[in-house]
Amino acid sequence: MITEQDIVGRGAVEGAKLMRDWFARLDVAAERKETAAYVFVMGSLAEVLRAFDMHLVFPEINSLQTAVRHVAHEYLGMAEEYGYSPDVCGYVKADVAMQLQGGKHSMGRLPKPALALATNACNTYVKWAEFWERYYKIPMVTLDIPGSRTAAGGAPPGTDAFESDRRYLEIQLRELITECERLTGTTLNMDRLREVLNYTNRMAAAWKRVLELNQSRPAMFNALVDGTIYLGVLNALRGTKEGAEYFERLVEEMEYKAAHGLGTIQDEKYRLLFVGVPCYPIFRRFHEMFADQGGVFVASSYLWFAAGGLDLGFQYDLERPIESLAEGVLVGVRHAGDAMLFHDQSLIEQVDQFEADGVVYHPVKSCRTVSTSLAGSRKALMKARDVQCLFIESDMMDRRVVSEAQLKNRIDAFFEGLSSHRLRTTSATA
Amino acid sequence: MSATATAFDVAAVAALPLDAALGACRDLLEDPEFPTVHAWKESGGKVLGHFQVYFPEELAHAAGMLPVKVRGAPVEMRLADSHFGSYLCSILRSSLEVCLDGRLPLDMFVTHPICDAARNLAGVWSRNLPYPSQILYLPQNVNSAGSAGYLRDEYARVLGDIEAVAGRTVTEADLRHSITVFNENRRLLREVYAIKRETPWLLPVDQAYVMMALGAVLRREDHNTLLNAMIPQIRQRTDKSQDKIRIVLEGGFCEQPPLDLLAVIGQSCYVVDDDLLIGLRFLVRDVDDTGDPLAALADAYLNGSSYSPVQHDTRKPKEQMLLDRLHGANAQAAILAAAKMCEPGLDEQVAYTKALDEAQIPYFITEFEEKMSGFDQMQLQLETFIESILFD
Repeated sequence: MITEQDIVGRGAVEGAKLMRDWFARLDVAAERKETAAYVFVMGSLAEVLRAFDMHLVFPEINSLQTAVRHVAHEYLGMAEEYGYSPDVCGYVKADVAMQLQGGKHSMGRLPKPALALATNACNTYVKWAEFWERYYKIPMVTLDIPGSRTAAGGAPPGTDAFESDRRYLEIQLRELITECERLTGTTLNMDRLREVLNYTNRMAAAWKRVLELNQSRPAMFNALVDGTIYLGVLNALRGTKEGAEYFERLVEEMEYKAAHGLGTIQDEKYRLLFVGVPCYPIFRRFHEMFADQGGVFVASSYLWFAAGGLDLGFQYDLERPIESLAEGVLVGVRHAGDAMLFHDQSLIEQVDQFEADGVVYHPVKSCRTVSTSLAGSRKALMKARDVQCLFIESDMMDRRVVSEAQLKNRIDAFFEGLSSHRLRTTSATA
Repeated sequence: MSATATAFDVAAVAALPLDAALGACRDLLEDPEFPTVHAWKESGGKVLGHFQVYFPEELAHAAGMLPVKVRGAPVEMRLADSHFGSYLCSILRSSLEVCLDGRLPLDMFVTHPICDAARNLAGVWSRNLPYPSQILYLPQNVNSAGSAGYLRDEYARVLGDIEAVAGRTVTEADLRHSITVFNENRRLLREVYAIKRETPWLLPVDQAYVMMALGAVLRREDHNTLLNAMIPQIRQRTDKSQDKIRIVLEGGFCEQPPLDLLAVIGQSCYVVDDDLLIGLRFLVRDVDDTGDPLAALADAYLNGSSYSPVQHDTRKPKEQMLLDRLHGANAQAAILAAAKMCEPGLDEQVAYTKALDEAQIPYFITEFEEKMSGFDQMQLQLETFIESILFD
């Protein structure tokens, strides 16, 4: 018999441990002078790389750790001294500083790269991978994953347009496999690939379910804080047995909480959507500014795009793994791109599905993919739905552009607006 | 908002003495009312606006549309700012501004995933403007065996959308004719740049820029007419070479520096090559006008093109391409400029400086913005840099 004590909060505890263990393994790999593939969360191609038993390094995760641990400024300063402008992505600069220090970071040490793999899901990925390509003189593969061409969305599977994109991606995947075979001196084991794909299938199905469960009232988890832990595991352990088991246990926890009416906070007053990238330099405090006033982030566009599209729950066809992988990566990464570039309609749907009271837009200096058009997005949403919106700018890395006092003022005013809006709507319906 | 289109009489300008013609061309280029675009619209034509860097303009030309390079403008922001976040380059804002206020009237807009900000523009345009907006996904993995087939398909897809806007079908003969017109334009622009490399005292960088950039707002046939009229006159100039250092200017692939800034640079040194509006010159050789035109355009993009910070190609490491550009132009130094908040440009500056350090080539780093108006400090710094080379 599972008790509340056994299960509630399990996902956060186990997730944190899995991440610590994962960093520790990378540390051991670095000690042993083993190499890794450096990849990004949107289109990591973990399935292919794990089939070759390569270590995966996710520089985005390493960089955000420096901000959460309040040491990012040291890394940013070092990269700026090396020549990088204050106006470029803080993730890039933190990673550059790690590489300049032989892979040392706040959680240990990174193995050196043998392969740089970027996708076009973010243009900065390409510029970032070019740094590794030049600095380490290693091969760089750019996996080109065409996104949606218009706000109407991407071509659906079965159309000529979709097939053209999928075919292009399949050719590139086969070229990536050839490069991995050359680097590792081994041939791709298709059974191993199927095994990895199957783990990802299980993770994707579970992740989709976890996100859906948060439509419950009260919400099971905070999409900003807990969600970031889940995202870490989702990316770092994508395509692994422990990752699949973790997310299936997470579903179990969330279903338990839903069945017993257990929310992430005791008094859920306002259900909020988060759009953008978290404010990692004051991560805990940023969350508290909302939670202290009864605000819960029930969903976040971050959990959508930074999961590389896994929220769709796409299931790879294990009978035709390469072809299906091409299709899944195309659909997933395109979906992630839509979350950043063409998300107006999806946000409207999320407001409805999650019964959101407010939407918090948090564009950041470091990420122009996510941030460029959020001001316009906010206007479009407010035109479509009677929902309160907050627009606050800061950064995910650089504390020089994070003004906590100003943020607090704006957030307090937002809650006053939420409160008076509720009074108005309540009296209007009374 | 604008504006009865002021006529720009190509034949009359082509007949003017060189300096007067250049002055008229400069006035046109700096006119934020885009009179040639309005004139085209008023005559019943349709306009395709494409954001930087490269777009196969032959597709729009073949459909009878006017392809216009959406390259920002030094205008005051009244409408656009509220649609964007804070940490963005100027060209995005000013491009939207001139479209929102009607100064740049389009019938279709195409952007490209050249950077994290620009890839957002199709969404921004579709929210705020009534005509079709889309992304052309130029291949980011140009080294893949699949890129040629993919790009041909992508061009065919865009062409289909262009046909829908233009209201007509485009034949292969139409495309071949357009390729011929643009090949002529490419040849003429190569000639302009050859003059800059070989006899830079005959053609200061700001004048060369005006001659080249006109292609952004003119029918390509008209651009060819003007270039054909002006190039021989440039060659006949009798100016003598001065004791100025030869320099390559890098960093103008997207947002454009003000013409006055170019003039200031030109006062201090000979700019013998650059990447200003490189999209207009991105194809460095003629496009085959005999076979499948879409395949030929795709092949030229993949295998016969220049370089820029927004394209990764293992055959063209950008720092090596810059060194080649310096050597090809017999330049002594480089100006590494970047538009403010331009992430690819600022990232690339780092790689360029490392390569130039290794090659022991002096360089000058600067940032610019299309609407900047004071150049004294930059001029002083540049002159100090140049003196340090001259008296080294």
